[in-house]
Amino acid sequence: MAQMTMAQAITDALRTQLKNDDNVVIFGEDVGQNGGVYRVTEGLQAEFGEERVFDTPLAESGIGGLALGLTLNGFRPVMEIQFFGFVFEAMDAVVSQIARLRYRSGGKHGAPVVVRSPFGGGVKTPELHADSLEGLFAQSPGLKVVIPSNPYDAKGLLISAIKDNDPVIFLEHMKLYFSFRDEVPEGEYTVEIGKANIVREGTDVTIITYGAMVQTSLKAADKLAEEGINAEVIDLRTVSPIDVDTIVESIKKTNRAVVVQEAQKQAGIAATVVAEINDRAILDLEAPVGRVTAPDTVFPYAAAEEVWLPNDKDIVEKVKEIVNF
Amino acid sequence: MSTINYSDVEKQFETLQVLNTDGEIVNKDAVPDLSDEQLTELMRRMVYTRIWDQRAISLNRQGRLGFYAPVAGQEASMLASQFALEKEDWLLPSYRDIPQLVFHGLPLTKAFLYSRGHFVGGQIPDDVHALMPQIIIAAQCTQAAGVALGLKKRGKKNIALTYFGDGATSQGDFYEGINYAGAYNVPAVFISQNNHFAISVPVEKQTKAKTLAQKAIAAGINGIQVDGMDPLAVYAATKTARENAVAGEGPTLIETLTYRYGPHTMAGDDPTRYRTEELDNEWELKDPLIRFRKYLEGKNLWSKDEEEKTVEQAKEDIKAAIKEADQTPKQKVTDLINIMNEQLPNNLREQLEEYREKESK
Repeated sequence: MAQMTMAQAITDALRTQLKNDDNVVIFGEDVGQNGGVYRVTEGLQAEFGEERVFDTPLAESGIGGLALGLTLNGFRPVMEIQFFGFVFEAMDAVVSQIARLRYRSGGKHGAPVVVRSPFGGGVKTPELHADSLEGLFAQSPGLKVVIPSNPYDAKGLLISAIKDNDPVIFLEHMKLYFSFRDEVPEGEYTVEIGKANIVREGTDVTIITYGAMVQTSLKAADKLAEEGINAEVIDLRTVSPIDVDTIVESIKKTNRAVVVQEAQKQAGIAATVVAEINDRAILDLEAPVGRVTAPDTVFPYAAAEEVWLPNDKDIVEKVKEIVNF
Repeated sequence: MSTINYSDVEKQFETLQVLNTDGEIVNKDAVPDLSDEQLTELMRRMVYTRIWDQRAISLNRQGRLGFYAPVAGQEASMLASQFALEKEDWLLPSYRDIPQLVFHGLPLTKAFLYSRGHFVGGQIPDDVHALMPQIIIAAQCTQAAGVALGLKKRGKKNIALTYFGDGATSQGDFYEGINYAGAYNVPAVFISQNNHFAISVPVEKQTKAKTLAQKAIAAGINGIQVDGMDPLAVYAATKTARENAVAGEGPTLIETLTYRYGPHTMAGDDPTRYRTEELDNEWELKDPLIRFRKYLEGKNLWSKDEEEKTVEQAKEDIKAAIKEADQTPKQKVTDLINIMNEQLPNNLREQLEEYREKESK
C-alpha cells in the first residue's frame, strides 16, 4: 500500500473515479493544466483530457449552475470552489438549486454533484479562505456535508460522495493536506457517509470532533492520559447527517462529553451535537456537555490565528472541568 | 484614442419585424419557412393560451389555483419561440413560462398542480426535456450553459433554451450564464422577454443600454432584438439561433419586445401603480393574436369556426385537467420527507417514522 498525504489521497480518489465512471467530470478555477492551487487535480487533465477535467471562467455561481445543468445529461460533476470562503458567490447555485433539485422534481432527479473545497485555519491565508462554513450547509436541506480528518478517510469518503446520487459538500482542511501520510489502498474503496469513527478508545470522557480538530483532540487526549484521564475520541467524518448512535453509545460508557470544533460557537455543528445528546442521553450524563470552539467573530486575520483557533490546551482544560464537575 | 462609443454598437440592434400590426409582411427575406398546417397550429396555441390565461386568472380569484403569473400579451414571444424547438431540446423556463412547458410536453394537470404547490406538479415525465420553472431570477441562465455543455459533450444535435425577463439581465447569473455559454461555445439560446417592467421597475431604470440584445456583444455571442408581438419574427429568430447553435456556431441572446397586459402575478400586484392606461392601450394595439389572425385570414387559414373550436377545446382541456388535479391525493409531510433524498439520511429516517405515526392518528 502506498503512503499518501491527504492531498494525494484526494487526487487518487478523483483519478480512480474518472477511470471507473465515464460520467465523472471535474471542473473549477485553475483545476486544468495548473492542477489546482493545492495541486489536488495535478495531472488529471493530462491523463483524462480536457473533456473530463477543465477550467471554468472565474465565476463561482456559474460553476454551480454548470454543475446542475450537466447532471441533466447524466454527468456526475465534481466542482471545485477554489477556497470555501468564495462559496458565498455560489450560495444560490448550491443551496437553492443543486440541493433542491430532487425535491423540486418531486423526488425524480437528484443532482449527483460533489462540491469540493479547501478550508480551515492555521495556514495563514488572506481573508475569506479559511472560514469554517460547514454549519451553513448542514442547515441546508438536501445536502450532506463531509469533512475528512486523514488521507484514508479522505479517499474513501470522496469516492462515496462521487457515487452518491444526491449532492455532497466535501470540505478539505488545508492544514491536513500535507501534514502527515497514511496507508491508502489502491483502487476503489468507500468509507460510508454518515458514519463516525472512534479514533481513540477511552473510558472517562468522550471528545466529539471532526476535521483538523481530530489531530488536536488526539494530542489533548495524550496529555490527559498522562494525568490519568482516559479520553475516547470520536471523529464525526460527516457533519450532516450526524452519526448520533455512535455518540450515544460512547456516552453510555463514559458518561461525560466535550464537543470540539474549529468553527465559531453560535448555531454550528457542536451546538447540534449537544442538542442530540440532550435528546438521547441526558440521563447518562454525570456533567454538562462541554464545548470548545472559536469565539463568535469572523475568522481572524492571519497574524491572529494562533490565539483565535482552539488548541489542545483549551481541550485539556475543558475536559478536566467536565471530568471534575 | 479609439474608444468605441456604445451608441455606435446600439445602432446595429434594429428590431426584427416580419409581420406588422395589420398582419402584413414587412420583411419578405425574413419570413420563416412554415407550412400552412404549422401556421394554423401556432395560431391555435396562441388562442388556446389566451383562454387558458383568462381561466387561470378566474380560477385563481376563486381560490382554486394558487400561484399564477399572467401571460396575456406575451403569447408570440413565448409560443412562437418554443415552436422552433425539437422535442429533444431542453427548456429552462422562468415562473411565467408555463405555456412553453406545456407545449413542450408537461401535462396541463401538472401545470395546475405546480400552481397549487403540489409536488406531483414537479414530476416532469421522463421524455420531456425541461426543468420546472425557476423562481430565482436568472439562476436558469448558468444552468442553461451547463445543460448545453452536456449536450455538446454527448454529441447531441440539440439545444438548451432558457427564458427570463428584462429584469433578469441585471442579475450576475445572466452575465455568468451568457459568458460561460460563449466561453465553451455551447448550443444555448437565451431569450430575454422584455415586457418592460420587472414587477414595477421599468427597463430604463434597470440599465442604460438601449437594447438588452446588445449585452450579447460583451460575452462574444450573437444577439438580436425582435418584435415580441410578432410570432413570425420570434419564430424566425429562434429558429436561426437554434440552427446556429446546433451547427456549433455558438449561443445567441434574443430580446423579444413584448408586454404583459395583466399584473406581475395574481398575488396582489396592481399595475396601475406603475403603468399608464395610455401605455397599456398602445401595446394592446400590437396584440400578437390580432395581427396573426389577420395574416392567416388573408391566407384563408383561419376562420371564426376554427377560433371557436380552439376556445372550446381549451375550456374542455382546462376543465378536465382541473378535475384531475382535484383528484390528486393531498400531500403529507411523509411525502415531502421521501422526496428529499434518494436514500434518507438517519435524521430524516427518524423524522419519517415520527410523521408516519402522527399521520396514522
